[in-house]
Amino acid sequence: MLARWIEAAGIPTVIVTMMPSVAEERRAPRIVGVEFPFGHPFGMPHDLGMQRRILELALRVLAGAAAFGTRVDLDVEWPVPVREAYRSWQPKEASPIVRKLLEARLASPPRGEVGP
Amino acid sequence: MVVDSFKFLPRSFRPLYEGRGPFPGEDAPVWAPFEKRLGESRIALLTSAGIYLKRSQPPFDVEREKTHPEWGDPSWRAIAASTVAAGIGVAHLHINDEDLLADPEIALPKRQLERLASEAGGVVGGAVAEHISVMGYQDRSLDDWRITTAPQLVAHLEGQGADGLILAPV
Repeated sequence: MLARWIEAAGIPTVIVTMMPSVAEERRAPRIVGVEFPFGHPFGMPHDLGMQRRILELALRVLAGAAAFGTRVDLDVEWPVPVREAYRSWQPKEASPIVRKLLEARLASPPRGEVGP
Repeated sequence: MVVDSFKFLPRSFRPLYEGRGPFPGEDAPVWAPFEKRLGESRIALLTSAGIYLKRSQPPFDVEREKTHPEWGDPSWRAIAASTVAAGIGVAHLHINDEDLLADPEIALPKRQLERLASEAGGVVGGAVAEHISVMGYQDRSLDDWRITTAPQLVAHLEGQGADGLILAPV
């Protein structure tokens, strides 16, 4: 949403996001999608090549997109097994809102998976 | 490849994000044309990782969030492009901050941007002196961001002479 408000004030924006379909739903003007775990929009720590590639793509989309809603997805697989990456991006302690939701669920037995 | 937006999200979180559509009143396209050549443009970065400068800035208020779980600190921090990784703290209760602290470039690639700008025949003209950090967990209405923070960010970006902004939510 910050992207839309800043764009509306006259400054072109591009959003680099792990959730490009959500950015589309929220009507972001220019979108770069990355299939990375949360917390890592520009890739792996100390991987300068990967970071550069994403930044260059973001700059290309920022300056080159012809129309509202342009989305380009980066063609890079996260180099860590999914299960491990899924676990490791999450905070060690559940966030306050998740803790609150978990406590609420204790009243009625949870179904399926419970968040971090 | 088409990115799977939910690959790393716990399944129980998915309905919070998927199929919600635009925010009320935020359906219409917004578009500011990028008019300069990229090689002559000054670019700014924005991260939502809750990054702050340990020496000179207060952290985002995660203590209040602990007692008010629906609330998130809507303020923002200016992060000098010259800041080194050791000077950066992270206040964000919804992500593991280990990789961010080890290398803040994964959320705010300001050194990489400087590098691109300094190369001969540079892809990009330059970077602003001060990038932007916010903490991405916000109350559902986003009223504080919309009414207070966003206009401040626009003023900051204009003051920095930014020709474009790359936002990277975490």
